[in-house]
Amino acid sequence: MVLGGSNGLPFHGFESETPHSPLIAMDVLDTMRVVPQELVRSIGTVVREPVEWAKKCEKEWGADLCVLKLQSANPEEENRSVADCEALVTDVLRSTSLPLFVYGCGFEEKDAKLMEAVSNAAKGERLFLGLAEDKAFKSIAAASMANGHGIVAFSNLDVNLAKQMNILLLDFGVKPENIIMDPLMAALGMGLEYSYSVIERLRLGALMGDPVLQIPMLCDCSCAWAVPDALEENPERGTPELRGIYWETITAYAAAVAGADLLIMRHPQAAANLRSAFSDLRGGA
Amino acid sequence: MPTAMEIYKLLPRTNCGECRFPTCLAFAMQLANQKVALEACPHVSEDARAALEESGAPPIKLVTIGVGDFAAKVGDETELFRHDKTFYHPTVLGLVADDSTGLDRMKAKIERTKSLCYERVGRTLRVDLVGVRHSSGKVEDFLEAVKAAASQPLPLVLMTEDAGLMAEAIVRCKEKRPLLYRASPGNFDSMAAIAKAGPFPLVIGGAADLHELSAMSSEARKTGVTDIVLEPGRPTAAQMLEDMTVIRRAAIKKRLRPFGYPTVAVLGSSETDFLKAALGVLKYSSIVLMDEVPPEFLFPLMVLRQNIFTDPQTPIQVKAGLYPIGEPSERSPLLFTTNFSLTYFTVRADIEKSKIPVWLLVVNTDGQSVMTSFAAGKLTPESVAKAIEDGGVKEKCARDEIIIPGMVTRMSGKLAELTGMKVVVGPRESSGLPKALKSIGV
Repeated sequence: MVLGGSNGLPFHGFESETPHSPLIAMDVLDTMRVVPQELVRSIGTVVREPVEWAKKCEKEWGADLCVLKLQSANPEEENRSVADCEALVTDVLRSTSLPLFVYGCGFEEKDAKLMEAVSNAAKGERLFLGLAEDKAFKSIAAASMANGHGIVAFSNLDVNLAKQMNILLLDFGVKPENIIMDPLMAALGMGLEYSYSVIERLRLGALMGDPVLQIPMLCDCSCAWAVPDALEENPERGTPELRGIYWETITAYAAAVAGADLLIMRHPQAAANLRSAFSDLRGGA
Repeated sequence: MPTAMEIYKLLPRTNCGECRFPTCLAFAMQLANQKVALEACPHVSEDARAALEESGAPPIKLVTIGVGDFAAKVGDETELFRHDKTFYHPTVLGLVADDSTGLDRMKAKIERTKSLCYERVGRTLRVDLVGVRHSSGKVEDFLEAVKAAASQPLPLVLMTEDAGLMAEAIVRCKEKRPLLYRASPGNFDSMAAIAKAGPFPLVIGGAADLHELSAMSSEARKTGVTDIVLEPGRPTAAQMLEDMTVIRRAAIKKRLRPFGYPTVAVLGSSETDFLKAALGVLKYSSIVLMDEVPPEFLFPLMVLRQNIFTDPQTPIQVKAGLYPIGEPSERSPLLFTTNFSLTYFTVRADIEKSKIPVWLLVVNTDGQSVMTSFAAGKLTPESVAKAIEDGGVKEKCARDEIIIPGMVTRMSGKLAELTGMKVVVGPRESSGLPKALKSIGV
C-alpha cells in the first residue's frame, strides 16, 4: 500500500499528478468499553474478538490497512499487561495480511514500554507505530528506527505544532519516508472546520515547497462515533445508526478533500461509501 | 480591488484638492482602501468611472433569490480557502419536486421541504429552496405545483427549458422573484428575454464545456440579464470539482467577468449524489439542488455547511448559563467551563461518558478556551462569581461546592472567598472528568 506522491491539491487530477487514491484503514479496538452499542449491532460480535475483527476488515470489508488500538493497556481501566498486548499484536499479524498500524493507550509511561515491546516483536514487518507526541516520542522513535518501522506523528490541531513534531522526529534521525502526520481530525459538528483548515494549510505549505511539511497525512475519523448528535435518539433526524454512518462518511470526505492521504474508519458501510466517493472524485478510475 | 497606483493612473492627476485630499495619489489610496467614494472627485472622466466601477465590483456578484426574510443570497465570495478570510454565503440547499411523480407527491414534497428545519447550537438549520420541475409529467400538474409552492415562504426555482411554459409558471409566482432554470443553447434567446423582463435571476447551463458556458454568460450579460447563476453540469465528482475550482479561481484571481457569478449543482438521489452535495458545500457550489435526501444524510450535511461557513476569525460560542447534563438534582455536582463551543462540547461529551448527572455552568469568555481566557483575564474569579449569580445557580444546586478546571487552580482561593462555596480542583484535561466525577461521589 502506497500513499502520498502528489504534486497538487487533493483530487486535482486535471492539473497535477495524483498517483494514489487516499487509503482507507479500519480500526480494531481491543476493548468493548469504547464501542457504542449501534456499532456492536452492525459490526457484529467480532467486536469482542480483535483478531476476528481484523480478519473481517481484510476479508469482508476490503480495508487497505488495519489500525489496532491497544486501549485495554490503559492503566486506569483494564490495565492489560505489555506481554498480553504484544501477544495480541503477533496474533493479528499472523491472522491477516493487511499492513498494520499499532496505537498505544495514550498513557505516556505505559506506552513507552508497550510500543517498544510491540516494535521488537514485529521486527521485519512494515509496522507503523503511534502516536508520537512532542512530549513523548523518544522511546517510540528509537524502537521504530531499530526495527524498520514507521511512526505516526501526532499534533494538536495546529500547523506550527505539526511542523514542530516533524522537525523533532527528523532531528532525532527518523527518515521522512517513515513518518505520517496526524494533525488531529475533529469530527463533524465538533470543530471539523478547524481540522479542515489545518489540513488545507499543511497541504498548501507542502506545495509551496516546505520540505518539513512534505509528509503524508492521516485522519482518524472514528471520532465521529463519539459525537452526541450522531447517535442521539431523534426521529426527525432519522435512525441513529444510519445517521452515524453518514456522520463518519462526511467527516472523512471533508478530511480527504482538504488533503488527508489516509482515513481511519470504523463502520464498514462508511468505509464503503468513502471508497465509491473516492472513485467518483478520481473520475471513475 | 485595484491597487492605489492602478486607480491613480485613471484619475485626472491635477491635485486640485476638491476631493478634500491634498493630492490625487492620496485620494487613490483612500479609494483603494474603500474609505471614500469615487463621487468625491468632480473631475473624473466617464471612461475612468466606468473602468473603476468595473474593477471595483466584487469578483463574484451577489445574487438574491426570493424576497423577504427567507430570501436566499448567493455569491459575493472573495476567497479560495476559508482560512484566508472566510466564506460569506453558506451553500443554499434545495429539494426538487418533479412532475413525473404526479401532483400529490409534488405537493407532499413541497410541504416536507418547508418543514425540514433543525435546531443546533442555538441556530436554525433548514432547506432554503423549493425547486419545481417539469420533466415527463403533465403540464397542468407542474403549474398547479408552482402555485402550491408560491404560497409557502421558501424561495422557488422554476425548472423547465420550455420558455413558453416558463412564462406561464412565472405568472403564478411573480412576486416571489424565483430563480429560472435554465437558459441552454437551445432556448437561449427566449429564456434570456424572460429573465431580463422580470428581472429574474437566471441559471445558464447545458454548455458543452466551460468555454461555451463563458461565452453564454457574456452574451446573457450583453442582452441585459444582470443576475446569472452558472451551471457547469458535468456528471462526475472529479469534473464537478474541476469546473467549480476553475470558475472560482478565474473569478477571484483573474477577475474573469463571465465567471464572476454564483454556481449551481443539480444532483440526483443516489449515494454518490449525496456526497457530491457535500463536495458542493466544501468546494464552491453556491446552490445545491437535490432530488430526495434521507434525514440521516441531510442533517449531517447541514452541520457540514454550518462548520465550513463559520467565520475563522470569530469562534462559535454557546450561550452562557446553567446547563443540566442528564437529569441533575439539587445534590448533583456543579462544574464550570467557558463558552467556546469546542470547549463546551468536549466537556459535555466527557461528562456524558461518566453517566453522572451534573450542572454545567457556562461562563461567557467571548468564545475563548479555558487557558486562553484565563491568560487574557476574561476567566477570573469575579467573572465566574458573576456567572453563578446570573445563572441562578444557588436556586437549582444546593451542594455549595464547585468543581473548577485543573488549569485554573490558581483562582480557587479568591473564588471561594467571593462565593462562599467550597472549591474542588478538577482534572487538567476534560478527558479526566469521568474518573474525577466517579471519585467525587454523588
